[in-house]
Amino acid sequence: MKLFEYEAKDLLRRNGISIPIGYVAYNSEEAEGIARGIGKPVVLKAQVLVSGRGKSGGIRVASDATEARSIASDLIGSTISGHRVDSLLVEEKLEIVEQFYASVTIDRYARTHVVLASTSGGVDIEETAQTSPDAILRYWVDPDIGFSTADAVGMLGPFSMNDNDRSKFASVISTLYKVALEHDAELVEINPLVRTPSGELIAADARLVADDNALFRNPIFREKSFRRGEDTPREAEARKQNLAYVDLDGDIGIIGNGAGLVMSTIDLVQLFGGRPGNFLDIGGGAQTEIIKGGLILVMLKPEVRAILINILGGITRCDVVAQGIIEGLNESSIKKPIAVRLMGTNEEEGARILHQAGINTYPNMEEAAAEVLKL
Amino acid sequence: MTSIINKDPKVVVQGITGREGTLHTALMLSYGTRIVAGVTPGKGGQQVQNVPVYNHVSEAVNNHNADTSIIFVPAPFARNAVLNAIDAGIKTVVVITEGIPQRDVIEFIAKANKNGDVTIIGPNTPGFINPPNSVKVGIMPAHIFSPGIIGIASRSGTLTYEIAWHVTNAGLGQSMCVGIGGDPIVGLGFTKLLEMFKDDEATKGVVLIGEIGGNAEELAAGYIKETNYPKPVVAYIAGRLAPPEKRMGHAGAIVMGNVGTAKSKIDAFTAAGVPVAEKPSDIAKLLRLGEENR
Repeated sequence: MKLFEYEAKDLLRRNGISIPIGYVAYNSEEAEGIARGIGKPVVLKAQVLVSGRGKSGGIRVASDATEARSIASDLIGSTISGHRVDSLLVEEKLEIVEQFYASVTIDRYARTHVVLASTSGGVDIEETAQTSPDAILRYWVDPDIGFSTADAVGMLGPFSMNDNDRSKFASVISTLYKVALEHDAELVEINPLVRTPSGELIAADARLVADDNALFRNPIFREKSFRRGEDTPREAEARKQNLAYVDLDGDIGIIGNGAGLVMSTIDLVQLFGGRPGNFLDIGGGAQTEIIKGGLILVMLKPEVRAILINILGGITRCDVVAQGIIEGLNESSIKKPIAVRLMGTNEEEGARILHQAGINTYPNMEEAAAEVLKL
Repeated sequence: MTSIINKDPKVVVQGITGREGTLHTALMLSYGTRIVAGVTPGKGGQQVQNVPVYNHVSEAVNNHNADTSIIFVPAPFARNAVLNAIDAGIKTVVVITEGIPQRDVIEFIAKANKNGDVTIIGPNTPGFINPPNSVKVGIMPAHIFSPGIIGIASRSGTLTYEIAWHVTNAGLGQSMCVGIGGDPIVGLGFTKLLEMFKDDEATKGVVLIGEIGGNAEELAAGYIKETNYPKPVVAYIAGRLAPPEKRMGHAGAIVMGNVGTAKSKIDAFTAAGVPVAEKPSDIAKLLRLGEENR
């Protein structure tokens, strides 16, 4: 789950990292009021979870409160890379002497956290990795030992900077590691970490991606987990029903059991010349309610014209799936043609239930995929 | 080299008294797996499927020489279950549980590595099945598999069954099938399994089933190329159409930036001379087995 910039910054602030003075505005009057209160030039930042927000016009500078109001009325309600802007972070404009970069993320291959630090902040870190790889330092943390401020000072050794900067930078990155551990973050990033003329280091932008698997022990995130900025409306609806659902661009609905099998079904439909409209994994051992809810969700997607259901039963029972399909068809206000592949546990009974309702079943996924494209 | 995965394991089921644990204990027993004990803290002294239940893994190790554990414990408690298994001297830990926090996985894999010879399989894995030896330490439907000559390693569950079914129907069967798990961080990986399959006489060909996310496939392809891998390998990659930064069901199936795309994996295998099947039914015919194995 991704936090909004203002949420990530608030968490950093509570852990002792300096952030710019700023507040969230939901309309242009609020933006004007905040700008007036700050009393100097401000930055208005669209709170959307897309990368390259600045390049898309989502970050604007206002010299006074009146201009802030005018910019806010432009931004709020507009769309940036497909995401509607509902709120702005209105912050003091910082005086920038230098821009650093700091992050802690999980290295899947090394199977541990990796700390990244750079003196070339303010640009995309992947770009820095290309243009000046020497400007990035990496430190793989031994989970038994952790990452102290002393470790951080040592890590920053190769950078030429004064002692004050080094010790402050070290304190920031060791705090980031602490935040990553305490809040189960997959990524916590400050870019840029700005050095001001007075020598302060301030997190001018921040991102935090929380581990979905750990929301149960992070109540501060769990409350937010049903209204995620990165979800499309249908993905948000699916999340409420505990369904693993992702929107795609095409017109063939795809439902199956098991993430790999569903991805493979999507690839197959595309290989056969079709355009898949979604990913929906009902998981292992799904009950009728889940299948019914999932089928209705896909049926109601306007772009979908036909649906392919691919079930390879193990702990998932084909007869239970068939029952869920029948209930979903009965309860959906909009009905679209479906092709069903059933194989495995209680396959015959499942096929019987569906045939009675006039729905064709196929024992292999290629036949079913070819068929759904004819519907 | 001794096999990473014991071919005659003495298995303890952690979480045996839960619904999944009980069901799969019965299924594993009926396949022929030697299940010597179960563990559920607080339920020691009971029996499940005639298997004695203990409070601690160490009792299962001391009383029955258990060397392998399969874990059905719910995600919030899985970390402790794995650490207990390692402390008790278990050598192979199969973590079926889905949804374990990554921080916990980092911790128990680091512990397993420090203990030297402990292999973690998973988390979020269907486990492994060894049809020639009638050993199943997992949750896969056994009837899909048949004793044979193909080693399968996969990041998926049902997709593995789909492909194993094609391999069975092609008359090849499986020497071993291992799910490495659908999480971002897993223990045993493709490269270690390729090493194992290379040294396993029963295995004449290998199928790798990958998906988007991470770089495990690229590393496996690199290993195949560098070692001039002596057995035929075919790969399949799921998720060609996945949009970036969206999790496709599995916690690990996510493209981040330029990392983890299907294209990168397919290109890596192609560069290593490994055919990449476009669909599951193509896999068996792409295996360039020697004449004697056709």
